[in-house]
Amino acid sequence: MNTIWALAGVVIKELYRRKDFYVLFVLTALITIAAGMVNFFNDPKIVRYVKDICMLLIWVSALLIAIVTTARQIPAERESRTIFPLLAKPVTRWQFILGKFLGCWLATGMALLVFYVFFAIITGSREQYWPWLTYLQAIWLQWAMLAVVIALSLCGSIISAAPSSTTTICFIAVAGILLVGGHLNTVALHQAQPLQTIFYTIYFLIPHLEWFDIRDRVVYDWGLLNWLDCVRATLYAAAYTGLFLLLTWLGFRRKSLNT
Amino acid sequence: MSIILKTEKLRVEFTSHEFRQTTKIALDSLDLEVNTGEVFGFLGPNGAGKTTAINVLLGFVPPTRGAAYLFGIDVRQPIARQRIGYLPEMTYYYKFLTAEELLRFYARIFGLPRTEADKRIDQLLKLVELEPARKRPIKSYSKGMQQRVGLAQALINNPDLLILDEPTSGLDPLGRMQVREIIQRLKNEGKTVFFSSHELGEVETVCDRVAIINQGELKASGRVSDLVAQHHGNLEKAFLDIIGYQTQSAS
Ligand SMILES: Nc1ncnc2c1ncn2[C@@H]1O[C@H](COP(=O)(O)OP(=O)(O)O)[C@@H](O)[C@H]1O
Ligand SMILES: [Mg+2]
Repeated sequence: MNTIWALAGVVIKELYRRKDFYVLFVLTALITIAAGMVNFFNDPKIVRYVKDICMLLIWVSALLIAIVTTARQIPAERESRTIFPLLAKPVTRWQFILGKFLGCWLATGMALLVFYVFFAIITGSREQYWPWLTYLQAIWLQWAMLAVVIALSLCGSIISAAPSSTTTICFIAVAGILLVGGHLNTVALHQAQPLQTIFYTIYFLIPHLEWFDIRDRVVYDWGLLNWLDCVRATLYAAAYTGLFLLLTWLGFRRKSLNT
Repeated sequence: MSIILKTEKLRVEFTSHEFRQTTKIALDSLDLEVNTGEVFGFLGPNGAGKTTAINVLLGFVPPTRGAAYLFGIDVRQPIARQRIGYLPEMTYYYKFLTAEELLRFYARIFGLPRTEADKRIDQLLKLVELEPARKRPIKSYSKGMQQRVGLAQALINNPDLLILDEPTSGLDPLGRMQVREIIQRLKNEGKTVFFSSHELGEVETVCDRVAIINQGELKASGRVSDLVAQHHGNLEKAFLDIIGYQTQSAS
């Protein structure tokens, strides 16, 4: 376990010592602040609209951070050959994967926390309204969803060697699931036979990341989600994360590491 | 004297899948035995298969046939690497870390307690003469300094066996000298050193025994003095004879 934490620590250190992480963060901060300015229209519709945009930005930024960082990890280790002195130590490949996963997940979690604090401060200072528990649920579910995304990207990064293609494919897959994943079964209903089965199969196989999206509850203030549902969603995310990590390990376990 | 490193009929094939399948035999039935406490030179021209053999010993490349053991444990088990130190051929470490942070990271992997790790890190940075630069990121180091960080990380767990892949390549004469001195000091401490090289001068001065490979096959092995005597000359002549190179004056 110590080994896994040590590995995760290096991932996080790299992130905050690289400049590109700040770029994304500053960008989001700026947009959030700009959005906060619009709040002085005392029209609740506009306020809601602004909140909606902010949440969307937080989602896109968090996804980008998660996928871009994760997809780079293993290829970068091989490219810079740092993987050789590392795996020459008593580190199993399973620990290596878990360490990378944990580092990316924690780093993304920290970014997420910063985004939400920004959001809460800006909207709260205008409305004098702080629904902490709703934020807590939203951030937790989003973080759980990102665990699946990170495990998926890690898996992708050992199949394809180029981080850019892994990033693109993962981003498209995740965006696809988020946008249409929930409607596939309805779409399937209206299809002819071979297509219908295919759509249903996909519907049952994909991780339903859109279930973790409770942005509307935050924006329209619909109140808290049932806590039991949160637990269920967490377990669901944990299962898919575990599955993808297992696939990553199976692919990486016997991989020959010579250049 | 016990055997600390052993390979048995080791064979490694690389199959490329481009155009048509071609199989390249990088190593063929390689038998090596290294005894505890000796400095063993693993020699061969470029492309002979030295790095491939070392990659098998470290579990990076699975052998196509045969087996390899460290401390009597099959190299496929990570625990075989608990008591070794390894310096890769070309190394780049996490550039964004400082030498101190890098060593602390590796110390954690070996599960060294904090106080022991601190002591060990101080010792090593002194040994490789990087004390003044310990708090600077590695990306600001010269090539020689990076190689010395590499040596320090290879020694972090106070290993009994060191595996060094061309430790002096790319260094200036001073850097080479320093590396040789470190190897000599480790030998005096009773450590086993297994290193690959094609620089014969340094091999002659520090090695007890050598193995010479060419095109993946073991051509000769034994004490340096015996090989030199057999080939009536110096190690360089012995080396060229053994890998079958005819000098112009000879032919
Ligand atoms: N991944 C690989 N795929 C195909 N051939 C390889 C691979 N790695 C090494 N080789 C070949 O194996 C041979 C031995 O290489 P190597 O062990 O690096 O030699 P050395 O370290 O002695 O210079 C070379 O001919 C090299 O081209
Ligand atoms: Mg080599």
